[in-house]
Amino acid sequence: MKNPLPRFLADYGMMLVLFLLCGFFSVVTHSEQSPTGEAAAKQVATAIQKQFGTQARVLIAASDQPDDAAFVGKTERDLLASGAQVLAVVKGEPKAAREALQKIAASGGTLDAIACTQVTGAWLVFSDLKVDFPTLGEPRIIVPQRYRWPNFLKRENLLNIANQIAVIAIVAIGMTMVIVTGGIDLSVGSLLALSAVLAARFIRDFAGGLDASPAGMFLACLAAILLCGCVGAFSGAMITRFSIPPFIVTLAMMLVGSGLAYLLAKGQSIYQIPDSFVWLGRGADLFNLPNAVVLMVVLYALAHVLMSRMKQGRYLYAVGGNREAARLSGVPVQRVLMFAYVASALLAGLGGVIMASQLKSGSATYGNMYELYVIAAVVVGGTSLSGGEGKMLGTLTGAFTIAVIQNGMNLTNVESYTQKVVLGLVILGAVLLDQSRQRQ
Amino acid sequence: MTETPPLLEMRGIVKAFPGVQALRRVNLRVRSGEVLVLLGENGAGKSTLMKVLGGSQHADEGEILIEGRATRFNSPHDARRAGVAVIYQEFNLVPALTAVENIFLGQEQTRAGFVAQKQERRRAAELFARLGAKFDPDTPCRRLTTAQQQLVEIAKALAFEARILVMDEPSAALTAHEVAHLFELIRDLKRHGLGIIYISHRLDEVFTIADRVSILRDGQNVDDRSIHQITRQEMIEQMVGRELNDEFPARTVKPGAPRLEVSGLRRGRAVRDVSFAVRRGEILALTGLVGAGRTETVRLIFGADPREAGEIRLDGKLLAIRSPQEAIAAGMGLLTEDRKLQGLVLGHSVRENFALPNLTELSRHGFVQLGRERADFARYIDLLKIKVPHQEQRAGNLSGGNQQKVVLAKWLARNCEVLFFDEPTRGIDVGAKYEIYQLMNDLAAAGKAIVMISSELPEVLGMADRILVLHEGQITGEIRDVRRATQEQIMELAVA
Repeated sequence: MKNPLPRFLADYGMMLVLFLLCGFFSVVTHSEQSPTGEAAAKQVATAIQKQFGTQARVLIAASDQPDDAAFVGKTERDLLASGAQVLAVVKGEPKAAREALQKIAASGGTLDAIACTQVTGAWLVFSDLKVDFPTLGEPRIIVPQRYRWPNFLKRENLLNIANQIAVIAIVAIGMTMVIVTGGIDLSVGSLLALSAVLAARFIRDFAGGLDASPAGMFLACLAAILLCGCVGAFSGAMITRFSIPPFIVTLAMMLVGSGLAYLLAKGQSIYQIPDSFVWLGRGADLFNLPNAVVLMVVLYALAHVLMSRMKQGRYLYAVGGNREAARLSGVPVQRVLMFAYVASALLAGLGGVIMASQLKSGSATYGNMYELYVIAAVVVGGTSLSGGEGKMLGTLTGAFTIAVIQNGMNLTNVESYTQKVVLGLVILGAVLLDQSRQRQ
Repeated sequence: MTETPPLLEMRGIVKAFPGVQALRRVNLRVRSGEVLVLLGENGAGKSTLMKVLGGSQHADEGEILIEGRATRFNSPHDARRAGVAVIYQEFNLVPALTAVENIFLGQEQTRAGFVAQKQERRRAAELFARLGAKFDPDTPCRRLTTAQQQLVEIAKALAFEARILVMDEPSAALTAHEVAHLFELIRDLKRHGLGIIYISHRLDEVFTIADRVSILRDGQNVDDRSIHQITRQEMIEQMVGRELNDEFPARTVKPGAPRLEVSGLRRGRAVRDVSFAVRRGEILALTGLVGAGRTETVRLIFGADPREAGEIRLDGKLLAIRSPQEAIAAGMGLLTEDRKLQGLVLGHSVRENFALPNLTELSRHGFVQLGRERADFARYIDLLKIKVPHQEQRAGNLSGGNQQKVVLAKWLARNCEVLFFDEPTRGIDVGAKYEIYQLMNDLAAAGKAIVMISSELPEVLGMADRILVLHEGQITGEIRDVRRATQEQIMELAVA
């Protein structure tokens, strides 16, 4: 066997581009960071312990932001665990801090430290404590240390990228199969909307609306996804039985699907859905990873195995590589094509359910232009539109490349119209690069 | 008369394709008012020569003179300007455009940039009158019959005042009545001073229409005579005259009971009521000229095309084959004529190509067992002496002989009972050829039934136990005693 590295690069060269992009945005967004939330709390509590030992007398000051609530909780727990005394906890305005300080001073107590966030540490009320509250002793203001780190590489941002692209990436799995067979599926965006509307309506009308049970919601979503699968089966039948070009069939189904979605939603969005429905789209159960991202990873793993290890995968490639040769070798070409279009439609349906869950409503406006982003992800991932070639993990790379570019431009304040221009050029460049590399 | 240069003269035309010397110093002359019939076996170089004349291919050497003046054709457009019109077997008409639009395609009559439709119609009507065409010139070409389309092609040639008209097997798809009309037309064109080059495999009509006959064999001129100085027998001898110098392994198998029996196969004009049987251990050759319906017949049996009628039996059992999948399941294998278009997925590895018809056997619970796949293929690489650097080699990067061996391997692994070899040695070097012949013998010895399609008459005579000759979709003859058969005998049946 030849050297594995060049082969890996040939198969997944786009990954290199993705890493370079990540590197670029990391450098560009490198800036001063102030820790917040629990990370900040940990730092502050440790600093207080180190400076004042286990008997420290502390005031905790934070604003009423959600991040700060976590900061307060964690700081208080850590300090109490180390044996320190938390004399007061301030959540809100500087005025509240002043009152707390006055109260402590009135009771004749002293103060060793004030645990602050970056913001509260700069409050005026703490600026001249020696003059304002001479009886408190000389309390030190402890704020979390600033450090330099790229905004791009922050954990929340990375998860945000993954979460943003999850829907497109999942739909792109099916699109990759279709494109590998030499076809195209333009209907995925519309099916996504249709599925979101169907799922939302089923929950509202049959599963009990706001009081729907998890099982009811599950069945509603399953029904929506399966109905999308039926649309895919219809497209597949048109393509295989009547030899209508996939472009035409799926273009027609794109209009039909979108129209149906609007009809079913009566032009409005459907939001009579229980809060628990957002579990799929916004929840994060496993290692704090968003559920949609976990689902995406699992689906990609399965699809990768299917394409590279299973008979069905071989057939998909063979049909796209040379349909006549495949047919004369006994490949059930029509069944294989059917599989691809049904899979694509089912995954578009799943994408619609995830989107409905993320937005806690179903609307016919979802998924607009998604087919193009999905196709872009597949193509940037190195799959040839003429069929027979392409890798599932390439598509994942392609989806992430698009997401990273969008996210990076958001972070660097490129406005959205310019973003479109850049994205278009990047797609072109990526494919150009891929082709010149393959020709070598 | 002595000093008038001929209307067209081609001198010393040489044309080579990778691996094939298609034309070796071919000369050709056509006088004004003459019909020259160009004869030759499949692959003799007729088509290539006409493509050079039509400007769609460039000669490596040689010159073309029109009325004594040397001209260079860099494109079909140049040839057209010099007055050469080529009517290929596959017409060059745009199906959606009307007859008038097709006639003036690329030579539109315009006035201030607009198509002068009235003028075009008038001219088309004149041409139609001259050709005796009795259909509406505003009909889209896709709705015309073959004969009508041919008239449109001729009208097109006349519209730009072509003086040299090349017709490649113009009578192949016509009825007897239509052919008679065509001949009348050709005689009329002759009287108007056109030089006509007529390619045909129907020797009978050659005597009706030709003034002179020029015969090509293996890319060389072998004969050029007036029609009055040549007999049918001589024509055939000159066409086939190839020597039996290829080596063939000795055949030792005695054919047994019939295995594959087909009767009454039918599909349109391509296959008309074909019946035959192949016996255990037998190599049956289907031969005939290109377009005689050999490949079409095999495709019908294999389920690659739907058949209109006909029964297929394997070992006495009636099979209802409707797709290649079913044919393969029944134990058939097809080595297609065109490996690149139909036999292999060129962009994929040789291993994947090998496995394609065998995936069901090679997988468990839907998962391909890579280890078994590699081991099986490695065995066939050894057995067939396939020269590949590794199993991941792209099939498109192999030589013809090795590609054919990969295709063979994929069917051998299936242990097929009936194998169809369509032009098994086309584009393959001598050494690999011998190996493939040897393999066919081994398969026959193992009791398989083999149907071989071949245009190479020496190969047919050297390999087959029995020969069936097809002509225009029908079996025109069977040769049982192959040892005493001659190429002339086959050709006689093939040109019918």
